[in-house]
Amino acid sequence: MDQFPQKLKELLDLFSMLSSEQERIDFLISYSDKFKENPDRIAQLTEENNVPFCESGVYVWAKKQPDKTLKFYFAVQNPQGISAKALTVILDQTVSGENPEKILNIPDDLVFKIFGQNLSMGKNMGLSGIVQMVKRKARQSLGSGLR
Amino acid sequence: MSEIKDRGYSNPDVLVTTEWAANHLNDKNVRIVESNEDQLLYSTGHIPGAVHVDWTKDLNDQVRRDYLDKKGFESLMSRIGATSGTTVVFYGDKNNWWACYAYWVFQLFGHKNAKIMDGGRLKWEKEGRELTREVPTFTKTAYTSPERNDAKIRVFRDQVLEHVKKRLPLVDVRSPQEYSGERLHMPEYPNEGALRGGHIPGAKNIPWAKAVNTDDGTFKPASELKKLYQEENDLRPGDNIVAYCRIGERSSHTWFVLTNLLGYKNVRNYDGSWTEWGNLVGAPIEK
Repeated sequence: MDQFPQKLKELLDLFSMLSSEQERIDFLISYSDKFKENPDRIAQLTEENNVPFCESGVYVWAKKQPDKTLKFYFAVQNPQGISAKALTVILDQTVSGENPEKILNIPDDLVFKIFGQNLSMGKNMGLSGIVQMVKRKARQSLGSGLR
Repeated sequence: MSEIKDRGYSNPDVLVTTEWAANHLNDKNVRIVESNEDQLLYSTGHIPGAVHVDWTKDLNDQVRRDYLDKKGFESLMSRIGATSGTTVVFYGDKNNWWACYAYWVFQLFGHKNAKIMDGGRLKWEKEGRELTREVPTFTKTAYTSPERNDAKIRVFRDQVLEHVKKRLPLVDVRSPQEYSGERLHMPEYPNEGALRGGHIPGAKNIPWAKAVNTDDGTFKPASELKKLYQEENDLRPGDNIVAYCRIGERSSHTWFVLTNLLGYKNVRNYDGSWTEWGNLVGAPIEK
């Protein structure tokens, strides 16, 4: 069975070593600060790419590369959606460029591992929806539904 | 948007403008409180001197599904340096959704000296006002709170069942997709913390965000709110009304609007909401 992406594994190891909640918050904000709007985003803001349950208006789309790996793109409509921005930067840095089989092995409790136990249920659902959308794109690429 | 006093609200003093807040940043009798849906947002920058109150950590009991008790509230107020005379001004993201939730919880303990900053973070940011990452510290106070009083503004499942039997008005403030139950069954996505979808029989669907102007997050004037709640949905100021959503946070926003802006006297928030009702064995559901 394929392992999930190595860069993501390393990042989760890093998160597991954080010693305080404030450290986690600062770490996540440093990721959200790196979020950049995608210049081609408007064309991709379709229903098919919209993440259900996410209050921050997140869109996810993927392009299959010649080597069969996937490059992900994200849009976050809510400028105050800091958690969504942090997660999409993390996914872009650790999952983009991986093959779909590995992406499908991303753990289901990824959001919990990154954001910790103080996340509200609604927030957890929205952020988990982003991860599920990434996995859906990987599944689609294996089924040739993604160009 | 017109001046708050000109919008026809029953209690205009419950709102303050961003300008008012900016002029009271150093007022020792005012404590500005930020409450957000996104727990990271406060740390990215907040109104100078504003303290963070997070609903999961600060307003909830950490073991049972319930709110904090008298001792917990006293401890919270002590931490944020508030006395019974302190004017607490709430603001936050999502058109003050969580700010209204915090306001509602504070009313369970009778802290009447509380207000909402109209427009919340959105308006403050749009106006280019100052934000800081500096976290304020306050001298602890000795705050004495009464016991939490749920009776007037909070309602529990057995009371809601009786409410349904009597065909009294209910307001479901979730999205139309949640109200219909269709959103619960989307493949590959987590459910909404409930095993069944739909709504409480007889509930009218009035999404909470219809009460605000989307461009700047301010509350709509009373004339538009009356049109929405009274003319279009036949909810009258004397009605015994129960509002609910998924966990009671969005419905506290509607509770705030009906109670404070339109002067309804008997509105209660069912915080058990759909995460309780949609899991209750045998509870009646309408689709």
